Amino acid sequence: MVSTSSTSGGGTTSGGEPRDLNAEGGHGAVPMSGVPTEGSPAQAARREWPLWEVFVRAKRGLSHVHAGSLHAPDATMAVRNARDLYTRRQEGVSIWVVPAAQITASSPDEKDAFFDPAGDKVYRHPTFYNVPEGVKHL
Amino acid sequence: MTHPSPQLSEVEHARARPTSDKWEYVLRLGDDALVSAQRLGEWIAAAPQLEEDVALGNIALDQLGQARALLAYAGEVEGAGRDEDALAYLRDEREFRNAQVFELPIGDFAFTMARMLVVSAYQVELYERLQGSTDETLAAVAAKAVKEVDYHRDHATQWTLRLGDGTEDSHQRMQQGLDDVWPYVLELFEPDEVTERLVAAGVAVDPAVLAEPALAYVSQVVVAATLTIPETAVRHSGGRRGIHTERFGYLLAEMQHIARSHPGATW
Repeated sequence: MVSTSSTSGGGTTSGGEPRDLNAEGGHGAVPMSGVPTEGSPAQAARREWPLWEVFVRAKRGLSHVHAGSLHAPDATMAVRNARDLYTRRQEGVSIWVVPAAQITASSPDEKDAFFDPAGDKVYRHPTFYNVPEGVKHL
Repeated sequence: MTHPSPQLSEVEHARARPTSDKWEYVLRLGDDALVSAQRLGEWIAAAPQLEEDVALGNIALDQLGQARALLAYAGEVEGAGRDEDALAYLRDEREFRNAQVFELPIGDFAFTMARMLVVSAYQVELYERLQGSTDETLAAVAAKAVKEVDYHRDHATQWTLRLGDGTEDSHQRMQQGLDDVWPYVLELFEPDEVTERLVAAGVAVDPAVLAEPALAYVSQVVVAATLTIPETAVRHSGGRRGIHTERFGYLLAEMQHIARSHPGATW
Protein backbone atom coordinates (compact mmCIF):
# COMPACT_ATOMS: atom_id res chain seq x y z
CA MET A 1 0.00 0.00 0.00
CA VAL A 2 1.24 3.45 -0.81
CA SER A 3 2.07 5.24 2.38
CA THR A 4 2.14 8.80 1.07
CA SER A 5 0.18 10.90 3.51
CA SER A 6 -2.51 13.12 2.14
CA THR A 7 -1.13 16.52 2.94
CA SER A 8 -4.38 18.37 2.68
CA GLY A 9 -3.29 20.58 5.53
CA GLY A 10 -0.77 22.78 3.80
CA GLY A 11 -0.99 26.41 4.77
CA THR A 12 1.29 27.68 7.45
CA THR A 13 2.59 26.28 10.65
CA SER A 14 1.88 27.98 13.94
CA GLY A 15 5.12 29.89 13.48
CA GLY A 16 3.80 31.43 10.30
CA GLU A 17 6.35 29.74 8.04
CA PRO A 18 4.92 28.58 4.68
CA ARG A 19 5.44 24.86 4.41
CA ASP A 20 4.49 22.00 2.11
CA LEU A 21 2.03 23.96 0.09
CA ASN A 22 -0.05 21.83 -2.18
CA ALA A 23 -2.91 22.62 -4.48
CA GLU A 24 -5.38 23.07 -1.67
CA GLY A 25 -3.17 24.96 0.71
CA GLY A 26 -1.90 27.20 -2.01
CA HIS A 27 -4.96 28.96 -3.27
CA GLY A 28 -6.37 29.27 0.19
CA ALA A 29 -9.84 28.20 -0.88
CA VAL A 30 -9.93 25.53 1.79
CA PRO A 31 -9.05 27.00 5.15
CA MET A 32 -7.54 24.15 7.10
CA SER A 33 -6.30 25.95 10.21
CA GLY A 34 -8.04 24.59 13.26
CA VAL A 35 -9.50 21.69 11.33
CA PRO A 36 -8.58 18.42 13.03
CA THR A 37 -6.65 16.24 10.64
CA GLU A 38 -6.22 13.32 13.01
CA GLY A 39 -9.33 11.16 13.16
CA SER A 40 -10.12 8.02 15.06
CA PRO A 41 -7.85 5.02 14.35
CA ALA A 42 -10.49 3.64 11.95
CA GLN A 43 -10.63 6.93 10.10
CA ALA A 44 -6.86 7.12 10.04
CA ALA A 45 -6.70 3.72 8.35
CA ARG A 46 -9.12 4.93 5.71
CA ARG A 47 -6.97 7.95 5.04
CA GLU A 48 -4.05 5.81 3.85
CA TRP A 49 -4.94 6.49 0.24
CA PRO A 50 -3.16 9.55 -1.12
CA LEU A 51 -4.95 12.55 -2.53
CA TRP A 52 -5.08 13.15 -6.28
CA GLU A 53 -6.02 16.27 -8.18
CA VAL A 54 -8.24 15.66 -11.18
CA PHE A 55 -8.17 17.57 -14.46
CA VAL A 56 -10.87 16.99 -17.06
CA ARG A 57 -10.95 18.06 -20.70
CA ALA A 58 -14.51 18.80 -21.71
CA LYS A 59 -13.95 18.32 -25.43
CA ARG A 60 -11.29 18.25 -28.10
CA GLY A 61 -9.53 21.56 -28.49
CA LEU A 62 -10.11 22.71 -24.94
CA SER A 63 -7.51 22.35 -22.22
CA HIS A 64 -7.79 20.18 -19.14
CA VAL A 65 -9.43 22.06 -16.28
CA HIS A 66 -9.16 21.28 -12.59
CA ALA A 67 -12.31 19.46 -11.58
CA GLY A 68 -11.61 18.48 -7.99
CA SER A 69 -9.74 15.94 -5.98
CA LEU A 70 -10.18 12.40 -4.72
CA HIS A 71 -8.48 9.59 -2.86
CA ALA A 72 -7.16 6.51 -4.64
CA PRO A 73 -4.54 3.85 -3.88
CA ASP A 74 -2.64 4.46 -7.13
CA ALA A 75 -2.74 6.36 -10.39
CA THR A 76 -4.68 3.73 -12.33
CA MET A 77 -7.45 3.62 -9.75
CA ALA A 78 -7.39 7.41 -9.49
CA VAL A 79 -8.27 7.70 -13.19
CA ARG A 80 -11.12 5.25 -12.72
CA ASN A 81 -12.41 7.01 -9.62
CA ALA A 82 -12.20 10.30 -11.48
CA ARG A 83 -14.29 8.82 -14.27
CA ASP A 84 -16.95 7.86 -11.75
CA LEU A 85 -16.84 11.10 -9.75
CA TYR A 86 -16.29 13.80 -12.34
CA THR A 87 -17.57 12.56 -15.71
CA ARG A 88 -20.92 11.10 -14.64
CA ARG A 89 -22.80 13.63 -16.71
CA GLN A 90 -20.64 13.48 -19.84
CA GLU A 91 -18.39 16.28 -18.65
CA GLY A 92 -15.28 14.99 -20.32
CA VAL A 93 -13.38 13.19 -23.03
CA SER A 94 -10.02 13.01 -21.24
CA ILE A 95 -8.83 12.84 -17.64
CA TRP A 96 -5.52 13.64 -15.99
CA VAL A 97 -4.73 12.81 -12.39
CA VAL A 98 -1.80 14.29 -10.48
CA PRO A 99 -0.64 13.39 -6.96
CA ALA A 100 -1.66 16.39 -4.88
CA ALA A 101 1.62 16.15 -2.98
CA GLN A 102 3.49 16.72 -6.26
CA ILE A 103 1.91 20.10 -6.89
CA THR A 104 3.88 23.14 -5.83
CA ALA A 105 1.61 26.10 -5.38
CA SER A 106 2.04 29.77 -4.67
CA SER A 107 1.43 30.82 -1.11
CA PRO A 108 -1.48 33.00 0.01
CA ASP A 109 1.10 35.02 1.97
CA GLU A 110 2.87 35.92 -1.26
CA LYS A 111 -0.33 37.07 -2.93
CA ASP A 112 0.53 40.76 -2.89
CA ALA A 113 4.04 40.35 -4.22
CA PHE A 114 2.95 37.87 -6.84
CA PHE A 115 -0.17 39.37 -8.26
CA ASP A 116 -0.63 43.02 -7.34
CA PRO A 117 2.10 44.43 -9.63
CA ALA A 118 0.04 43.32 -12.63
CA GLY A 119 -2.95 45.28 -11.38
CA ASP A 120 -2.10 48.67 -12.97
CA LYS A 121 -0.84 47.39 -16.30
CA VAL A 122 -4.02 47.52 -18.31
CA TYR A 123 -2.00 47.78 -21.53
CA ARG A 124 -1.32 44.09 -21.22
CA HIS A 125 -4.94 43.42 -22.06
CA PRO A 126 -5.67 43.41 -25.79
CA THR A 127 -8.49 45.90 -25.32
CA PHE A 128 -7.07 48.63 -27.53
CA TYR A 129 -7.70 46.86 -30.79
CA ASN A 130 -10.79 47.20 -32.92
CA VAL A 131 -12.25 43.81 -33.58
CA PRO A 132 -13.51 43.44 -37.14
CA GLU A 133 -17.13 42.45 -37.40
CA GLY A 134 -17.76 38.81 -37.95
CA VAL A 135 -14.87 37.55 -35.86
CA LYS A 136 -16.18 34.91 -33.54
CA HIS A 137 -14.85 33.17 -30.45
CA LEU A 138 -12.92 36.12 -29.06
CA MET B 1 -44.11 -13.15 1.87
CA THR B 2 -41.27 -15.61 2.04
CA HIS B 3 -43.51 -18.38 3.32
CA PRO B 4 -46.72 -18.23 1.30
CA SER B 5 -49.58 -20.50 2.26
CA PRO B 6 -50.01 -23.55 0.03
CA GLN B 7 -53.10 -22.15 -1.68
CA LEU B 8 -51.37 -18.89 -2.44
CA SER B 9 -48.30 -20.57 -3.77
CA GLU B 10 -50.35 -22.53 -6.32
CA VAL B 11 -51.81 -19.30 -7.58
CA GLU B 12 -48.34 -17.88 -7.75
CA HIS B 13 -47.09 -20.87 -9.68
CA ALA B 14 -49.89 -20.59 -12.18
CA ARG B 15 -48.99 -16.99 -12.73
CA ALA B 16 -45.33 -17.88 -12.97
CA ARG B 17 -45.89 -20.34 -15.81
CA PRO B 18 -43.97 -18.91 -18.74
CA THR B 19 -46.12 -17.57 -21.53
CA SER B 20 -43.32 -18.01 -24.04
CA ASP B 21 -39.67 -18.91 -24.34
CA LYS B 22 -38.77 -15.34 -25.11
CA TRP B 23 -40.62 -14.04 -22.06
CA GLU B 24 -38.75 -16.56 -19.94
CA TYR B 25 -35.39 -15.62 -21.44
CA VAL B 26 -35.81 -11.87 -21.14
CA LEU B 27 -36.97 -12.31 -17.57
CA ARG B 28 -33.81 -14.26 -16.73
CA LEU B 29 -31.53 -11.53 -18.05
CA GLY B 30 -33.62 -8.81 -16.44
CA ASP B 31 -33.72 -10.54 -13.05
CA ASP B 32 -29.95 -11.09 -13.13
CA ALA B 33 -29.44 -7.36 -13.58
CA LEU B 34 -32.11 -6.34 -11.06
CA VAL B 35 -30.83 -8.53 -8.25
CA SER B 36 -27.26 -7.52 -9.06
CA ALA B 37 -28.23 -3.84 -8.74
CA GLN B 38 -30.02 -4.44 -5.44
CA ARG B 39 -27.03 -6.19 -3.90
CA LEU B 40 -24.54 -3.56 -5.09
CA GLY B 41 -26.78 -0.85 -3.66
CA GLU B 42 -26.14 -2.29 -0.22
CA TRP B 43 -22.58 -0.97 -0.48
CA ILE B 44 -23.67 2.66 -0.65
CA ALA B 45 -22.16 4.40 2.39
CA ALA B 46 -20.53 1.12 3.44
CA ALA B 47 -17.67 0.79 0.94
CA PRO B 48 -14.06 1.19 2.10
CA GLN B 49 -13.87 4.70 0.65
CA LEU B 50 -16.28 7.36 -0.53
CA GLU B 51 -14.83 6.97 -4.03
CA GLU B 52 -15.70 3.27 -3.99
CA ASP B 53 -19.24 4.05 -2.80
CA VAL B 54 -19.70 6.10 -5.93
CA ALA B 55 -18.07 3.51 -8.19
CA LEU B 56 -20.28 0.71 -6.88
CA GLY B 57 -23.31 3.00 -7.04
CA ASN B 58 -22.52 3.72 -10.69
CA ILE B 59 -22.23 0.04 -11.47
CA ALA B 60 -25.48 -0.67 -9.62
CA LEU B 61 -27.22 2.01 -11.67
CA ASP B 62 -25.90 0.50 -14.90
CA GLN B 63 -27.32 -2.85 -13.85
CA LEU B 64 -30.60 -1.24 -12.83
CA GLY B 65 -30.84 0.45 -16.22
CA GLN B 66 -30.38 -2.89 -17.95
CA ALA B 67 -32.98 -4.43 -15.63
CA ARG B 68 -35.52 -1.73 -16.42
CA ALA B 69 -35.10 -2.10 -20.17
CA LEU B 70 -35.29 -5.89 -19.99
CA LEU B 71 -38.19 -6.12 -17.54
CA ALA B 72 -40.19 -3.52 -19.47
CA TYR B 73 -39.63 -5.62 -22.56
CA ALA B 74 -40.55 -8.81 -20.69
CA GLY B 75 -43.84 -7.17 -19.73
CA GLU B 76 -44.40 -6.23 -23.36
CA VAL B 77 -43.67 -9.75 -24.57
CA GLU B 78 -45.97 -11.18 -21.92
CA GLY B 79 -48.78 -8.88 -23.01
CA ALA B 80 -50.63 -9.15 -19.71
CA GLY B 81 -50.33 -5.50 -18.77
CA ARG B 82 -47.49 -5.94 -16.30
CA ASP B 83 -44.90 -3.18 -16.47
CA GLU B 84 -41.33 -3.18 -15.16
CA ASP B 85 -42.49 -2.16 -11.67
CA ALA B 86 -45.09 -4.92 -11.48
CA LEU B 87 -42.46 -7.46 -12.47
CA ALA B 88 -39.86 -6.12 -10.06
CA TYR B 89 -42.04 -5.48 -7.03
CA LEU B 90 -45.03 -7.79 -7.25
CA ARG B 91 -43.51 -11.17 -7.99
CA ASP B 92 -42.61 -13.65 -5.29
CA GLU B 93 -39.44 -15.61 -4.83
CA ARG B 94 -40.33 -18.60 -6.98
CA GLU B 95 -41.18 -16.34 -9.91
CA PHE B 96 -37.71 -14.83 -10.10
CA ARG B 97 -35.42 -16.30 -12.74
CA ASN B 98 -32.01 -14.88 -11.78
CA ALA B 99 -29.06 -17.21 -11.35
CA GLN B 100 -28.30 -17.77 -7.68
CA VAL B 101 -24.86 -16.16 -7.84
CA PHE B 102 -26.47 -12.72 -8.10
CA GLU B 103 -28.50 -13.09 -4.91
CA LEU B 104 -25.70 -14.19 -2.57
CA PRO B 105 -25.18 -11.68 0.27
CA ILE B 106 -22.52 -9.05 -0.41
CA GLY B 107 -20.06 -10.56 2.09
CA ASP B 108 -16.87 -8.56 2.44
CA PHE B 109 -15.45 -6.30 -0.26
CA ALA B 110 -13.29 -9.10 -1.64
CA PHE B 111 -16.30 -11.37 -2.11
CA THR B 112 -18.19 -8.62 -3.91
CA MET B 113 -15.22 -8.14 -6.23
CA ALA B 114 -14.87 -11.89 -6.81
CA ARG B 115 -18.53 -12.08 -7.78
CA MET B 116 -18.29 -8.98 -9.96
CA LEU B 117 -15.29 -10.43 -11.77
CA VAL B 118 -17.16 -13.61 -12.63
CA VAL B 119 -20.58 -12.19 -13.49
CA SER B 120 -19.23 -9.27 -15.49
CA ALA B 121 -16.96 -11.61 -17.46
CA TYR B 122 -20.12 -13.61 -18.20
CA GLN B 123 -22.15 -10.50 -19.07
CA VAL B 124 -19.46 -9.11 -21.39
CA GLU B 125 -19.40 -12.33 -23.45
CA LEU B 126 -23.20 -12.54 -23.36
CA TYR B 127 -23.96 -8.99 -24.47
CA GLU B 128 -21.23 -8.99 -27.13
CA ARG B 129 -22.99 -11.90 -28.82
CA LEU B 130 -26.53 -10.79 -28.05
CA GLN B 131 -25.95 -7.70 -30.19
CA GLY B 132 -26.43 -10.05 -33.11
CA SER B 133 -29.83 -11.30 -31.91
CA THR B 134 -32.65 -11.44 -34.42
CA ASP B 135 -34.74 -9.72 -31.76
CA GLU B 136 -34.15 -6.00 -32.31
CA THR B 137 -34.96 -4.97 -28.76
CA LEU B 138 -32.58 -7.49 -27.24
CA ALA B 139 -29.89 -6.49 -29.73
CA ALA B 140 -30.33 -2.81 -28.82
CA VAL B 141 -30.24 -3.46 -25.06
CA ALA B 142 -27.11 -5.56 -25.54
CA ALA B 143 -25.38 -2.90 -27.61
CA LYS B 144 -25.83 -0.37 -24.82
CA ALA B 145 -25.07 -2.80 -22.00
CA VAL B 146 -21.86 -4.22 -23.43
CA LYS B 147 -19.95 -0.97 -22.85
CA GLU B 148 -21.25 -0.78 -19.30
CA VAL B 149 -20.36 -4.32 -18.27
CA ASP B 150 -16.95 -3.92 -19.88
CA TYR B 151 -16.27 -1.22 -17.31
CA HIS B 152 -17.64 -3.39 -14.48
CA ARG B 153 -15.27 -6.15 -15.52
CA ASP B 154 -12.38 -3.71 -15.52
CA HIS B 155 -13.29 -2.46 -12.04
CA ALA B 156 -13.39 -5.99 -10.65
CA THR B 157 -10.15 -6.82 -12.46
CA GLN B 158 -8.31 -3.85 -10.97
CA TRP B 159 -9.39 -4.78 -7.46
CA THR B 160 -8.75 -8.49 -7.85
CA LEU B 161 -5.18 -7.71 -8.94
CA ARG B 162 -4.58 -5.31 -6.07
CA LEU B 163 -6.14 -7.43 -3.35
CA GLY B 164 -4.73 -10.72 -4.62
CA ASP B 165 -1.24 -9.30 -5.06
CA GLY B 166 -1.48 -7.04 -2.02
CA THR B 167 -0.99 -7.87 1.64
CA GLU B 168 -1.24 -11.31 3.18
CA ASP B 169 -4.67 -10.45 4.57
CA SER B 170 -6.04 -9.05 1.30
CA HIS B 171 -4.68 -12.05 -0.61
CA GLN B 172 -6.34 -14.46 1.80
CA ARG B 173 -9.69 -12.62 1.64
CA MET B 174 -9.65 -12.40 -2.15
CA GLN B 175 -8.95 -16.12 -2.40
CA GLN B 176 -11.76 -16.78 0.07
CA GLY B 177 -14.07 -14.64 -2.05
CA LEU B 178 -13.28 -16.73 -5.12
CA ASP B 179 -13.70 -19.94 -3.14
CA ASP B 180 -17.12 -18.81 -1.90
CA VAL B 181 -18.45 -17.72 -5.27
CA TRP B 182 -17.13 -20.64 -7.27
CA PRO B 183 -19.87 -23.23 -6.56
CA TYR B 184 -22.38 -20.80 -8.10
CA VAL B 185 -20.44 -19.96 -11.26
CA LEU B 186 -21.34 -22.83 -13.57
CA GLU B 187 -25.08 -22.16 -13.33
CA LEU B 188 -24.49 -19.11 -15.52
CA PHE B 189 -23.45 -21.34 -18.40
CA GLU B 190 -26.19 -23.98 -18.21
CA PRO B 191 -28.32 -24.34 -21.32
CA ASP B 192 -31.86 -25.73 -21.14
CA GLU B 193 -34.80 -26.30 -23.51
CA VAL B 194 -35.70 -22.61 -23.43
CA THR B 195 -32.28 -21.42 -24.56
CA GLU B 196 -31.95 -24.28 -27.06
CA ARG B 197 -35.16 -23.31 -28.85
CA LEU B 198 -34.29 -19.61 -28.77
CA VAL B 199 -30.75 -20.20 -30.02
CA ALA B 200 -32.23 -22.10 -32.96
CA ALA B 201 -34.43 -19.08 -33.66
CA GLY B 202 -31.44 -16.74 -33.48
CA VAL B 203 -32.92 -14.84 -30.51
CA ALA B 204 -30.77 -16.03 -27.62
CA VAL B 205 -27.09 -16.72 -27.01
CA ASP B 206 -26.23 -20.27 -25.98
CA PRO B 207 -24.99 -19.90 -22.37
CA ALA B 208 -22.70 -22.91 -22.86
CA VAL B 209 -20.56 -21.14 -25.46
CA LEU B 210 -19.89 -18.31 -23.00
CA ALA B 211 -18.15 -20.54 -20.49
CA GLU B 212 -14.83 -20.89 -22.30
CA PRO B 213 -14.13 -17.21 -23.06
CA ALA B 214 -15.56 -15.90 -19.77
CA LEU B 215 -13.67 -18.36 -17.59
CA ALA B 216 -10.51 -17.84 -19.63
CA TYR B 217 -10.68 -14.15 -18.82
CA VAL B 218 -11.29 -14.84 -15.13
CA SER B 219 -8.42 -17.35 -14.99
CA GLN B 220 -6.00 -14.92 -16.55
CA VAL B 221 -6.85 -12.26 -13.94
CA VAL B 222 -6.78 -14.76 -11.08
CA VAL B 223 -3.35 -16.03 -12.07
CA ALA B 224 -1.96 -12.52 -12.55
CA ALA B 225 -3.27 -11.70 -9.05
CA THR B 226 -1.24 -14.63 -7.64
CA LEU B 227 -4.49 -16.40 -6.71
CA THR B 228 -5.73 -19.83 -7.70
CA ILE B 229 -8.92 -20.97 -9.39
CA PRO B 230 -10.82 -22.92 -6.74
CA GLU B 231 -11.34 -26.61 -7.23
CA THR B 232 -14.71 -27.65 -5.99
CA ALA B 233 -17.15 -30.38 -6.78
CA VAL B 234 -19.97 -28.44 -5.14
CA ARG B 235 -22.28 -26.91 -7.68
CA HIS B 236 -25.44 -24.96 -6.95
CA SER B 237 -28.13 -24.37 -9.51
CA GLY B 238 -31.86 -23.80 -9.90
CA GLY B 239 -32.31 -20.03 -10.12
CA ARG B 240 -33.56 -20.25 -13.70
CA ARG B 241 -36.36 -22.51 -12.45
CA GLY B 242 -37.24 -20.21 -9.56
CA ILE B 243 -35.28 -22.05 -6.90
CA HIS B 244 -33.36 -19.66 -4.73
CA THR B 245 -31.16 -19.49 -1.66
CA GLU B 246 -32.54 -18.65 1.76
CA ARG B 247 -31.20 -15.12 1.80
CA PHE B 248 -33.04 -14.19 -1.39
CA GLY B 249 -36.33 -13.84 0.51
CA TYR B 250 -34.80 -11.15 2.69
CA LEU B 251 -33.51 -9.31 -0.36
CA LEU B 252 -36.99 -9.30 -1.89
CA ALA B 253 -38.59 -8.19 1.38
CA GLU B 254 -36.31 -5.18 1.50
CA MET B 255 -36.66 -4.38 -2.19
CA GLN B 256 -40.42 -4.82 -2.39
CA HIS B 257 -41.96 -3.81 0.90
CA ILE B 258 -42.51 -0.12 0.11
CA ALA B 259 -44.11 -0.88 -3.24
CA ARG B 260 -46.34 -3.53 -1.66
CA SER B 261 -47.25 -1.49 1.42
CA HIS B 262 -48.21 1.54 -0.65
CA PRO B 263 -49.45 0.26 -4.02
CA GLY B 264 -49.13 2.79 -6.78
CA ALA B 265 -47.22 5.26 -4.61
CA THR B 266 -45.09 7.81 -6.46
CA TRP B 267 -42.90 10.75 -5.55
